[in-house]
Amino acid sequence: MALMNITSPHAHGPRKTATLMRVVVITTLPGLFALTWFFGWGNLINVVWCSIIALAAEALVLLIRKRPLAFYLKDYSALVTGVLLGLALPPLAPWWVSLVAVAFAIIIAKHLYGGMGYNPFNPAMVGFALVLISFPVAMTTSWAAPASLLENPMSFFETLGTIFGFGSQAIDAFTMATPLDIYKHEIGHSIAQDVTQNPVFGAYVAHGWEWVNLAFLAGGLFLLIKKVFTWHTPVSMLIALTIMSLAFGWDADQATPPLLHLFAGATMLGAFYIATDPVTSAVSPQGKIIYGAGIGILTYVIRAYGSYPDAIAFAVLLMNFAAPLIDTYTQPRTYGYAKAKRGAKEAE
Amino acid sequence: MKKIWDFHGGIHPKENKDQSNQSAITDAGIPPQLIVPLQQHIGQQAELVVSVGDKVLKGQLIADAHGPVSVAVHAPSSGTITAIEEHEVPHPSGMSDLCVFIETDGKDEWCELSPCEDYSTLTPAEILGKVRSAGIAGMGGAGFPTEIKLRPPREDKVNTLILNAAECEPYITSDDRLMRERAEEVILGLEIMAYVLQPNECLIGIEDNKPEAIEALREAAKETQIDIVVIPTKYPSGGEKQLIKVLTGKEVPSGRIPADISVMCQNVATSTAVYRAVRFGEPLISRVTTLTGDCIANKGNQQVLIGTPVSWLLEKNGYLNQKGSRLVMGGPMMGFTLDQTNIPTVKTSNCILAASPKELPQPDSAMACIRCGMCSEVCPAELLPQQLYWFAKGQEFEKAEHHNLFDCIECGACSYVCPSSIPLVQYYRYAKGEVKQIKADLEKSNQARERFEFRQERIEREKEEKEAKRKARSEAAAKAQAAKKAAAEAEAKESKEGTAEPSQAPVTAKAEVSPAPEVTLESLQKKLLMAEDKLSKMEAAWKDAQENNPERAEKLAIAVESSKANVKKFTLQITELGGGASDTPAGPSLEELESNLEKTKGKLQLILNTLEDAKQNHPDRVEKLERAVAKNHTRVASAELALREASEQQSKQQASKLEPTESKG
Repeated sequence: MALMNITSPHAHGPRKTATLMRVVVITTLPGLFALTWFFGWGNLINVVWCSIIALAAEALVLLIRKRPLAFYLKDYSALVTGVLLGLALPPLAPWWVSLVAVAFAIIIAKHLYGGMGYNPFNPAMVGFALVLISFPVAMTTSWAAPASLLENPMSFFETLGTIFGFGSQAIDAFTMATPLDIYKHEIGHSIAQDVTQNPVFGAYVAHGWEWVNLAFLAGGLFLLIKKVFTWHTPVSMLIALTIMSLAFGWDADQATPPLLHLFAGATMLGAFYIATDPVTSAVSPQGKIIYGAGIGILTYVIRAYGSYPDAIAFAVLLMNFAAPLIDTYTQPRTYGYAKAKRGAKEAE
Repeated sequence: MKKIWDFHGGIHPKENKDQSNQSAITDAGIPPQLIVPLQQHIGQQAELVVSVGDKVLKGQLIADAHGPVSVAVHAPSSGTITAIEEHEVPHPSGMSDLCVFIETDGKDEWCELSPCEDYSTLTPAEILGKVRSAGIAGMGGAGFPTEIKLRPPREDKVNTLILNAAECEPYITSDDRLMRERAEEVILGLEIMAYVLQPNECLIGIEDNKPEAIEALREAAKETQIDIVVIPTKYPSGGEKQLIKVLTGKEVPSGRIPADISVMCQNVATSTAVYRAVRFGEPLISRVTTLTGDCIANKGNQQVLIGTPVSWLLEKNGYLNQKGSRLVMGGPMMGFTLDQTNIPTVKTSNCILAASPKELPQPDSAMACIRCGMCSEVCPAELLPQQLYWFAKGQEFEKAEHHNLFDCIECGACSYVCPSSIPLVQYYRYAKGEVKQIKADLEKSNQARERFEFRQERIEREKEEKEAKRKARSEAAAKAQAAKKAAAEAEAKESKEGTAEPSQAPVTAKAEVSPAPEVTLESLQKKLLMAEDKLSKMEAAWKDAQENNPERAEKLAIAVESSKANVKKFTLQITELGGGASDTPAGPSLEELESNLEKTKGKLQLILNTLEDAKQNHPDRVEKLERAVAKNHTRVASAELALREASEQQSKQQASKLEPTESKG
C-alpha cells in the first residue's frame, strides 16, 4: 500500500509565486499602453528587448550554476526585472544601454548574490542606477517628446532604427527633457505660470505623464486588492513624498509642486512596482511603513537637491541598505507578549 | 450579545465539512480485535493491572493511572486479552508503544458501573475522582489528563470556563454532529465542570458555520447561565490561545497556561465524557470519529471504540486506496499521516481523512522564499514566519528564538498560504527540535562540568586530608620516639646513678636530648654547603681587600683559613659518616682544579707579556697591568693551594677506603 508520509499541513492554498509574478507583469500593461500612446513605440520596444535579455541572461547564469532551466525560468522573476527596466529606461535609450542595465541586473545584482530571494538590492534598480551613472548623456537625452507635440511622430521602424542605431533620424528632434527636469531648471529664473506654458506640461499636470502614472496607479491598486502586496510600503512612500513636497515645495514659484512630484516622474511605477519588491524590502508592517516613508523622503531630497531629474532608483537602493536594520527594530509584538522585542538581542 | 475580539491573521481554507456532517452518528461496531495503547496522552504510561489470558468486561480497568500526569485505560469491549506487546501507535513518528490486544467476544458485556443521579450530591473532589478513574483525557488535541486540568495549579481561580466548540479544522465534523445530537450531554458536562470550578462565567465558543449545532446548544442551555458565543469562521479559531483571545480579549502570556489568566478551555467531546463518567460511571472507551475523504465511500461520523484498528474501519466503510493518496489522522492542517493502516484509534482520534491525490495533492517543489510576507499576514501568533524560516534554514537558532520560535503553534497557516510551497512548519519543527537538543546538550555538559569540578575538589580535599594525617602521624611518631629516648635515658641514668630523683629525670632528659641532635648526613652536607659558600665569599672579600685595604685583608685571610678548615672538617665528617662524600662531590674535582691552575698560570703569563710590552710602549698602562699581575699571582697561588688540598684529601679518602679491604684481606 503506497501511503505518503508528509508532515502537516496537508492542505495548500491556491497561490503560486509564478502566478504572482505573472499578475505583476500583466498589471503593468495599462502603464505600458499609456507610455506607448503618449511617447511612441520606444517603451514597447524596450520592454520586449529587455525581457529577451533578461531571460537570456537568466538562462545563461542558470546553465553556469547548473540549475534546472525550466523550473527557474518558470518563476517569471527574470521577466519581471526585464519588464520593469523596459518601462523605467528612457524610451529612446540605445540598445546597448538596456543591454548593460538588464544583464547587470540579472547576472550581478541577482545571481551573484544567490539568485531569486537572496539579492539584497532590487536588481532592476541596480541596473538602472548603473547605466544612469555610467551613461548620463544617453540616459538624459533619450526621453521621447510626447508624440502629440511632434509634427511627424516617429514610426515603429524609425523608433526601432533609433534604438538599434541603424536609422538616420536626427534623434534630437524627437526627444525632450522630462517635465520634472524642465520645471526644476526653469523655476530658478522664472515663475510657475511661465514655466507651465511649456507644452510638455499639457493641460493637467504633465502631458502624457499624468496618464502613465494613473495607469500604473490603477495596476498597483489592482495588485493591492488582490493582496499581492500590502498597502504599507506604497502608501507610506506616497504620503512621505507628498508631505515632503508640501513642506519644502509649497510655493510653486520656488520649487516643483506636489502634483508634479506624484504624477510626472516614475513615482507610481516606483511606489507600486519597485518599492514593493518583497525580497529587498523590510518585512514587518511597521518596517514596511518606515521603509516606504524612507523611499518617499529620499526621492524628494534627491529630486530637489540632487543633480538627477528623478530619484526612485537611488532612493530604493538606499533603503534596501537600511531594510535589515529596520527589520531588527520592527519585530511585531507576538501573541502573549506585553510588548514587541526590539533590537538584535534580548535585553537582559 | 457578548462582545468578541479578533486574533491576528488566520486563513479560510475550503471547509469540506459537508461530506461528513449530513448524516447522524452511527455505531462503528465491534472489531474482532482491539488494540489499546497504554499511553494515549502526554505524561506517564498507565500501569497494567491485567495479564495475557484474562477475560475482561466492557469498561473494566486494564491499566491504572500511574504518577501525577497519567490516565487510566479501560477495556472498550468484553473479550480476552491475547497479547500485551509493542505495536505502532498513532504518532507522527510512526513509533511503537505497549498495547493491550483484546479479542472481542461480541457480547459487549458491561462491567458493574456506579451511576449517580445527581452530581450536586457529590463533592468536587469526588467528581474529580470519578473523572480520573474514568480515564478522561482532552479529546480535542493533545490529550492532557482532564482531571489534572480541572485542578488548576497554584490555587488559581478559574473565572472563565470556555467550551471549545470551534472545530475550525477543515473536514472534521465530529464535534458538530455531537453537539447537534447530544447537546444536553454537552451542556450537562459543562455544568458538572462548572460545579467543580465555580467560574464567574461559562462560555461556549462556536464558529458560525455550524448553525444546527448552535441551535441545539441554545435549546439545551436555555435554563442555564451558559453563554453560547458565535464567532466568525476562521482557521485556527479553535486553537486554545486564539479562542481565549476571541472570547475574552485576553492573551495567554508566552510560556504560560490559560489558568494563569484565570481561564480554562475544555473540548466539547471531553464535556460529554465527563457527563457520562459522572452520571453513568462510564469510563472513556469510545468516541465520535469523522470518517471522510474521497477515498472513503461511506463518509460520516461514527461512534468508534478506542483501540479499533483504522484498517478495520476503512475496510468496513469502503476504502479505495489510490496511488499517491494520503491517510491523515486528524485534520488536513494539523493532522499527521499514517504510513500504514493497522493502527488503533485513540482518545484523541477525532478524524480519519482518507484523501485522494486530487483533494490533497502532493506539494510542489519548494521555490525560493521571496519574503512576500503572506505568512506573517496569516500567522495567528503574529510571528514573522519568513524570518523564522530564514533563521531555521541558516541554523541561526538563537535568532530564531529571539523571533519567538517557541510561540509558534504549528497551525500550518503560513505553509498553507506560501506561494513558493515552502514547508515552513517543518522548518520550525526542525528548529525547535534542534534548540531543544542544544539546550539538553548544554545542560548535560554543564552537569558534566560540575561533576568534574566536584571531583577535582574532592581529590584535592582528600590529598590535603591525607597530608594532614601524615603530618600528624609523623609528629606523633617523633614525640613517641623522643619520649622513648627520654625514658631510655632516664632508665640509663637510673641504672647508672642508682636511685635518682624522679622529678629530675625529665630535666636531665631535656638537657641530654637538645644538645645532641642526631648527626645526619643531610645536616652535615648542609653545613658543608654553607661553609663552602662562606669560604668563597671570604676569598672574594679577601681578594678585594688585598688591593684596597691591606689591614682588612689580613683579618680576612684568617677568616678564609678558618672557613677552609670548616669545609675540610665537614667534608671529613661526611666521609666518616659513610661514603656520602664520595658520591656527592664536596667541591671541584682534581682535574678541574688542575685545569683551573693551568688557566690561571696562562693568564698570568699573558699579562706578564703584555706588561713587558707596555713598559716599552705604553707607560700609562704599566701601573694597571702590574696590579693585574699581582692579582693573578694570588689567583695562581690559591689555585695551587686548592689543588694540593684536594689531592691530599683524595689520597686520604683512598686510604680510608682501602682500610676495610685490607682488614678483610
